Amino acid sequence: MAAVILETKGLTKSYGGLNANEDVDFELRRGKVTALIGPNGAGKSTFVGMVSGRIPATRGQVIFDGQDISALPAHKRIQLGIAYTFQITSVYAGLTLRENIAIAARRRLGKDRKAVQTKVSGVLEQVSLLDRADQDAGDLSYGHQRVLEIAMGLVQDPRLFILDEPTQGLAESEVDDFVTLIKTLVGDTTILLIEHNMDVVMRTADYIHVLDNGRSLASGTPEEIRKNTAVQAAYLGTDVDA
Amino acid sequence: MSDTKRSHLLHLGVIAVLFALFFVLPAYHVGNLSRIMVLAVYAMGFNLLFGYTGLLSLGHALFFATGMYGLGMAMNSFGIAAEPALLIGLICAVVMAAVVGFLALRTSGVAFMIVTLMFAQAGYLTILYFGAYTRGDEGFVIPQPDRMIAGIDITGETARYFAALILFAVVFLLIAHVVRSPFGRTLVAIRENEERTRMLGYDTDRHKLKAVILSGTISGLAGAAYALLFGYAGATFATVQYSIFPLLWVLLGGAGTTLGPIIGVAFMFYLIDLSSSVTQAYMLIAGVVLVLLTLFAPQGLAGELRRRVMRWLP
Repeated sequence: MAAVILETKGLTKSYGGLNANEDVDFELRRGKVTALIGPNGAGKSTFVGMVSGRIPATRGQVIFDGQDISALPAHKRIQLGIAYTFQITSVYAGLTLRENIAIAARRRLGKDRKAVQTKVSGVLEQVSLLDRADQDAGDLSYGHQRVLEIAMGLVQDPRLFILDEPTQGLAESEVDDFVTLIKTLVGDTTILLIEHNMDVVMRTADYIHVLDNGRSLASGTPEEIRKNTAVQAAYLGTDVDA
Repeated sequence: MSDTKRSHLLHLGVIAVLFALFFVLPAYHVGNLSRIMVLAVYAMGFNLLFGYTGLLSLGHALFFATGMYGLGMAMNSFGIAAEPALLIGLICAVVMAAVVGFLALRTSGVAFMIVTLMFAQAGYLTILYFGAYTRGDEGFVIPQPDRMIAGIDITGETARYFAALILFAVVFLLIAHVVRSPFGRTLVAIRENEERTRMLGYDTDRHKLKAVILSGTISGLAGAAYALLFGYAGATFATVQYSIFPLLWVLLGGAGTTLGPIIGVAFMFYLIDLSSSVTQAYMLIAGVVLVLLTLFAPQGLAGELRRRVMRWLP
């Protein structure tokens, strides 16, 4: 198996004359957690949108597990084993938690009711939401809705799990639970994490890729990124000490 | 008791009650109920698309009329027997739904409503244009001797009632099965949040097309059955009014519930029937009741029932 599970070449998105992403070359290592960071408006969500197929790319290539998926519609890419969680919570507010996760599970398990049920209960337990299984998702607190969103990704047993700001709006303890959860997934699942919380990034990420103004600025291990002067200038702010 | 078991009992119970009512009700109401059951089939077809998939079509009269004329013209113009004519009506509806669905689903929301409305209007005008064959507004009567199914004359009150009941029961149980199946649950998911459903790996376009075809086919079946059981086909059934009726029925009865259509049709039917026996301004009474219901039971009668007491209602 190749060490790289996902690769993009020259991935670009233009809105009118404005480039949200410009020629992004990117590699994602299999079984690792890679964090995608960058200031607001750097084009992180657009980038993962193009990877998942939610946002059509203006040009460039997306290669998943050796297969060029640039021309595939979103649902076909998801079927290949890419799970995607939305930055703005997007659950089925009018349906119960159990049904929310069951819809996500059913795409693979289909008509096998027993298997769906077992799988759903397992994931509910994994994210500690079993006691709320029969509540409507819309009645949950924001934090719990974020967790549900993650659970809907988990239940698909994805090969690549894309998380768009999963800890946004979570309480301190919930963030800790999230970090623990991510660590249990490492190995089987490749994780691409967009994250603003640098503490979470430093605790979970094996690699970091930095975007700035729609372009790749740097990539490497957390240690390398911390030392990178270009990143410091653009993002962490070097003139703090000055 | 599990929800599945409860759901089976409920649906079989409704059918049993309708069966029993034949022996209890006076002839006048038996006649009404035959009509209500056929129209409820129409409403169930509409409900699958509107109530479960969240797609509001304002042109379902086109499918109803397609089934009606498919059967009616096969019998009248070509002298085909009732059973194959019913099949022809059904096939016409499938084709019509596939074509309309394929084209109309390129739009969504308000545009979808307008496009389906326009298709239905085009269908209505086509019927008028070919008045030489369709007899236009005036319509045509399907002669009583031809209206036989499997050797049984279905023009009598008893045979008609049970023919309507069988049709209703088959579609009712079919819908109850579909909405609990993975396909039906996916339709609900599309209704609730289409983008999310797509990003869970479902081909939402294909699901929506299938829903339009199934919905249109059931509505067409209702149209064909209506022509066969009541012996008449006319352009009135292709008018906008007949596209709005199923929307009203389903809204009143409860969109997205299996019981909603039959409740809505029966309620509306008797509302008009009773109020017109009281006053000539019966539409006023009907209107006020509809406004009150919309205000105080926005999810319809069965919808309210589900919200308040029976959460498991399918």
